[in-house]
This record gives sequence, structure tokens and C-alpha cells, in this order.
Amino acid sequence: MNNNDSEKRSTNRRKFLKLGLMSSVTALAGTSLISNFASQEEKKPSGEKIRLLTPDGKIVEVDATNINKYPEALITPEESRKGIPDRKFVMVIDLARCKNARKCVETCQKAHQLDYNQEFMKIQLLQDNENVSPHWFPKPCFHCDEPPCVTVCPTGATFKREDGIVLIDNQRCIGCKFCITSCPYSARIFNWGHNDKFENKEIPYSPETQIPAAEGTVMKCDFCPDMLRQGKLPHCAQSCPMGVIYFGDKNEDIVTNGEETVSFTELINNRGGYRYLEHLGTKPNVYYLPAVNRQFPLERGFDVDEDIIKRYDKVPYVKDLKAQGKI
Amino acid sequence: MDTNSRKRELVKEFSPMLVKSSFLSSVWILTLIAIIAVGLYAFYLQLTQGHEITGMRDNVVWGVYIINFIFFVGLSYSGAFISGILHFFKTPWKNSVTRIVEIMTILSIIVGPIFILLCIGRLDRLYYLFLYPRIQSPITWDIIAIITDIFGCFLYLYLTFIPDFAILRDNTDLKLPNWRKKLYTFLAINYQDTESQRERLHKITSIMSKMIIAMAIVAYTVLAWIFSLTLQPGWNSTIFAPDFIFSGLYSGVGVIIIAMFIIRKYYKLEKYIIHSHFVMAGYVLLVLSLLFGYFTFSDYFAKWFSHKPADIYLLNTLFGHYFWQFILANYIGVIVPLFFLSIKKIRTIKSITFAALIAVCGLWLNRYLVVVPTLESPYIPIQDTRLEFMHYNATWIEWSLSFAGIAAFILFFLLIMRLVPVISMSEIIQHERHLETKQDASLKK
Repeated sequence: MNNNDSEKRSTNRRKFLKLGLMSSVTALAGTSLISNFASQEEKKPSGEKIRLLTPDGKIVEVDATNINKYPEALITPEESRKGIPDRKFVMVIDLARCKNARKCVETCQKAHQLDYNQEFMKIQLLQDNENVSPHWFPKPCFHCDEPPCVTVCPTGATFKREDGIVLIDNQRCIGCKFCITSCPYSARIFNWGHNDKFENKEIPYSPETQIPAAEGTVMKCDFCPDMLRQGKLPHCAQSCPMGVIYFGDKNEDIVTNGEETVSFTELINNRGGYRYLEHLGTKPNVYYLPAVNRQFPLERGFDVDEDIIKRYDKVPYVKDLKAQGKI
Repeated sequence: MDTNSRKRELVKEFSPMLVKSSFLSSVWILTLIAIIAVGLYAFYLQLTQGHEITGMRDNVVWGVYIINFIFFVGLSYSGAFISGILHFFKTPWKNSVTRIVEIMTILSIIVGPIFILLCIGRLDRLYYLFLYPRIQSPITWDIIAIITDIFGCFLYLYLTFIPDFAILRDNTDLKLPNWRKKLYTFLAINYQDTESQRERLHKITSIMSKMIIAMAIVAYTVLAWIFSLTLQPGWNSTIFAPDFIFSGLYSGVGVIIIAMFIIRKYYKLEKYIIHSHFVMAGYVLLVLSLLFGYFTFSDYFAKWFSHKPADIYLLNTLFGHYFWQFILANYIGVIVPLFFLSIKKIRTIKSITFAALIAVCGLWLNRYLVVVPTLESPYIPIQDTRLEFMHYNATWIEWSLSFAGIAAFILFFLLIMRLVPVISMSEIIQHERHLETKQDASLKK
């Protein structure tokens, strides 16, 4: 298949993306950047100039030392409760482009040191009824504005931040699992047993990375705040070869999948964007664009491991395909 | 009537169950301890190897443990309710039953919460519940409600025990070891059975009997809310709290009947626990079986009739994978007790006890069907290849801990019955005294 092709494209895109996001960072948080500079010790200009694109299309040149490298330092559990100032993160998933390439799942697992079957991002095959065609449905945590999981937590181990992200502090979690039962989207997973990787003391724990994980506590998709602090997209959005996942800031009204940067409201309004199970009133921050004018036939998604195909056995469409001997 | 000689008589009558330890009872106690020991070993394994060795997984995160928790707390709640009602209405035939009810109330509120602790992934951080409490979490409400309930029940049980402790302290016929005499002296808190003391105790007990009804209803309602305040298709229902209240009573009355039957047979108390006690309790069970059936039916019927997709998915799970369990819990568990209890000719002590046994088992299974199938049919269908993640199957760890819980319940029951007679002596005397004054009054006329 065109895997190589898409990989190449995605690396190209990543370069582009860095530029794009940096521009948005400079433009939006411009004032905060300046104040940051002011507070820091005086830096000698390195002479190296970097060109940045502002959202209104102007190219500006700044000194390399003036770019605020967001601290790669540890964000402690205490700090992680505050959130990134002035942000309201939002994700848009374009179902028309998803072909179950599973790159989002795999990079997420790698970045969060998850096991093969532990998935923060799950790809479901949804078929609403027998008459309609099924579609691939990547499902992260929806980071709801009315999160049922946060309401029911008895110790405040899971919390909602100002920037809209819902995180878990696994040093506070007592493992009562009430949040798992209260989440209508099955977004949360539990560490049921021991694992050597939990003992890894080299990396200090931060709820923003959820590494190292701990036995008897809950985990879930975190929107990769550590990446966001560096001005990068979450791992899933970065790695998707089809540009399915747009990520951005609602305050700024901008989302990007790395390839194109668009207005969030325009994208949602023009493409019929919706939130999954809106009627539950949880107010998710993940939007979906319906699977119309699809770029790939559904069958392309069955080019994955045998045991992953087996997951979708109960979907009527897959039953038909199996009966016809096509997979 | 000479109260003191009557007291001595009663102690003599009940002394076999207080001092004598027969071969049979030792065997019983050893068996129970063995079951508890296996449970403790299972608990040790769970603690050292993690929850991985239970059947619980990401979808069904609560299993048999939480079902036992609901079940035992339900017993306690219904015990408190029934005993409160018996006191409140000054039921004439209550003397032989109240203590059984009270012991059940207190023991099940101790055993029940142990099961919820088994569900918790990080027991070492349990104190975080008090260190970082968040009042909007229904779990916090539940902790407050259950702790209050435990204190209330303890206090109530203790109040009803005080006169009997005093009788046992004053008695010189019983050959008791020294520590037990000291224990009775300590527990009787200098109660001398004077007129004023009696009156005061009566007043406090009757206040407490009303309070524990309220506490029990609150505690059990909050427990039902743990489920019904979530958004899950099978749980998010306004009928849940009242349904829990009546089904809790159903199981409670069932367990009381079974306990009455065993205690009557084992301690040869045919004189005190009579046929009419069973018939009375049978009537209550009959009404409750109808109520339980009614609540269960209207819950599922509304789901079936309005056929929202998520509800239908749940019903398909219930009538598919759980077909026989559903039939046993919600049909057999209602119809069989109904049959045995409503036909007068077959309403014998044995048949009533059998009906109670069916009711209790059916209700436990009903709780299972409330918890597990809902978790197995979430809004977003489970797409997984790992069998244990798709269907919940309790492992031996969970079963042995469940049986250990039941064994602990029975063992503590036996031990409390060793400490004080299962029939309240002071209440018998009180009752007789009451009759006497009535007779005197009628003679004077």
C-alpha cells in the first residue's frame, strides 16, 4: 500500500506543522510571551534568525533566543491542575478520512508507554443500523465541559482544568473506579496488575504525561498537555497519515491537522460537525465531521492485524462480509 | 410477680445457649473459621498480586464485591427498618423476633462495607477519602451515610442489650468465667432496673428506633444513587432508590425468616418462636414479593416499551446472555414465594422458610443483573477480543471472599448469641409485667 508515501508526507507535514503552530503560539500568546521575556534574564541575541508566520499571514523574523521554549521541565501534579493559560483546547475528528490506519493508536501507546491492548484512543467500527454504512470512529477522551467522571471522584484525583483538559493525578487516585462507571464513553482504563514499568523512577511522575503509571489507578487520554506546552500537536493528531484529527484552540478559533490550519467554527458549521451522544449533556470538547464523501472505502480499514479485525465481529456489516468470505 | 425470681428462671432457661458448647457448635464454628481463613488467603493474594486475579476488567469494573455490598447493606437497612417499625407500633408478638432483627442489622452493616473496600484499587490510600474529601461525590455521601448508620445501629443495639446485660451481671447461678462477668458489669453501665431508669431507657430506645428508620432509608437511598446518578442506560432511573428500598426489605425479611427457622430448630425455641411468627413474617414477605415484582416489572417494562437503543441493547443482553439468570431472579424469585405464601393450606413453617430462601437467592441474583449486564452494555459497544474484558466471570478469589463474608456474618451471629440470649429476657419480663397490670386493672373493675 501507500504506507511509505503517507509516512513521507507525514514527516513533511510535521516540519510544516512546527512552523504553523509556532506561529499560532507567537500570535496568540504574544503578550504573554513578551512578559515572559521581560521576566527572564537578559539574553544575548544569537544572531540566528527564525521566520515565523503570524495568523494574519505576515512573516516575521525573530531572534532564535527570543522564542520561548516552553519548559520541558516537570509539571508537578500541583501545577498540572492549573492548565495552560488562556487556552480552550478542542479536537475535531473528520470521519470521512479515517481508514483505520491505527497510527494514532500506536503513537499514543508509545508516547504513554501503554501495553498492546491498552488504548487511550480506541477505533470503533460504528454502524447505527443495518441500512446505513458503518464508519471508523476514533474515540479519545472527550474532555467534557460537564465531566461526570470529575463530579463523582471522591478525592479530586481527576479534575477539569481551565484550558478544558480533564486529567488524572494517579498519586491521588484511590482506585474506586466510580469514574470509569460514570463515563458514558468508556474512555477510562484501569491498571489491574503489576508492571515493571510502574517502578521506573527515572522519570518523575506528571499527570500531564501519566508516566510512570501506577497499579490500581485509572488512566485515560490526556490531550498530551506536555506536547501542547511545547507548541506541538498531540501524538494522535501528529501521526495520522490522513489528517483526520484536527486540534486547536477554541479561544483562538483555530484548529489544525498539521496540513491545513482552519477556523474551528467554519469547519464545524460548513461540514455539519456534531458531538457524539450530545443528548447526554456532558458537553464534549471533541467534535466529529460526518463520514460523507469518504476518501477511502471502508474495506481499506481491514488491512490490520487479525485480532483487531476480530474486534468488529459483532457489527452487522462485518458479519455480512465474513459470510461472503471477503475477510 | 417476683421479678427477680422470674429473671433467674429465664437465665436458667436460656443458660444452655450461653455456656454450653456442644460438639456440633464447635464443628460449626471451626468450619466457619476455615471458610474465613480461605477468604483471608484470597484477600492476601489480591493485595499482593493486584486486582488482576479477580474477574473484574475495564468494562465490568465492579463485580461480585459490589453486589455483596448492596446485598448486605440492604439487609442492614431492612433490619433497622423492621426493628424500628416493631418498636414504633409496640407490636405484641415482637419479643421473640426483635433481637434476631437487631443482630442482623448490626452485623450486616459491618460485613457489607468490607466488600466495598475489596473493590478499591489502592487500599493504602483509603485515608485520602478524609484527607481530600469532595462533597459532591455520591461516594462521599455514602461514606457519611454508612458511618452514621453504623453508629446509630450500634447505639440502638446496645441500648436494647443493657437490661439483659444487667440481668446476666446480677445472676449468680450461671457459672461464667471471670472475664465474662466483668464484661457484663462493664456493659451494663450500672443499670439497676429501677422504675426511673427503665423509663429513661425506654424513651431513648424509642427515639433511636425512629432515628434508625430514617438513617437506614437515607443510607440505602444514597447507595442506590451511586448507580442511578450515573448516565449508564440500565442505572440512570428515578425508580432505582425506591426499588432498592423495597428489594432490600424483601431480602431482609427473607433472611430473618431463615434465621428464625435455624435458631428455633437449633436452640429448641419452639415455645418462643411460634408458627404465627412465621405466618406474620410470611404475610410481610408476600406483600414485599408483590412490590418487588411490581418495581422490577415497571422498570424493565418502561425500558422495553420506549425502546431507546441503549435500553434495548441492555434488554437484549439480559434476555440473551443472561436469560436463565433473569428468569431465576425475576420470575422464579417472585412467583415461587408468591405461590407458597398465598395459599393458606401449604403455609407451613417449612414452606415459608423455603419461600424465603428462594426470595433471598433470587434477590441476590437480581442485584447481579442490575450491576453486571449494565456494565457489559455501555453506550459505545465493547469492541474487544479479550474474553475477560467482554464478559465478567468472577474468579475463585471473589467467590471465596464472598463466602467468607457470609461465614463471618454467621460466626458473629453465633458469638453474639453466646453473649446474650437471642430472645430478649427483659422484654419478656416487661411484657409479662404489662399483662399483669392490665389484669389487675380489670380485676379492680
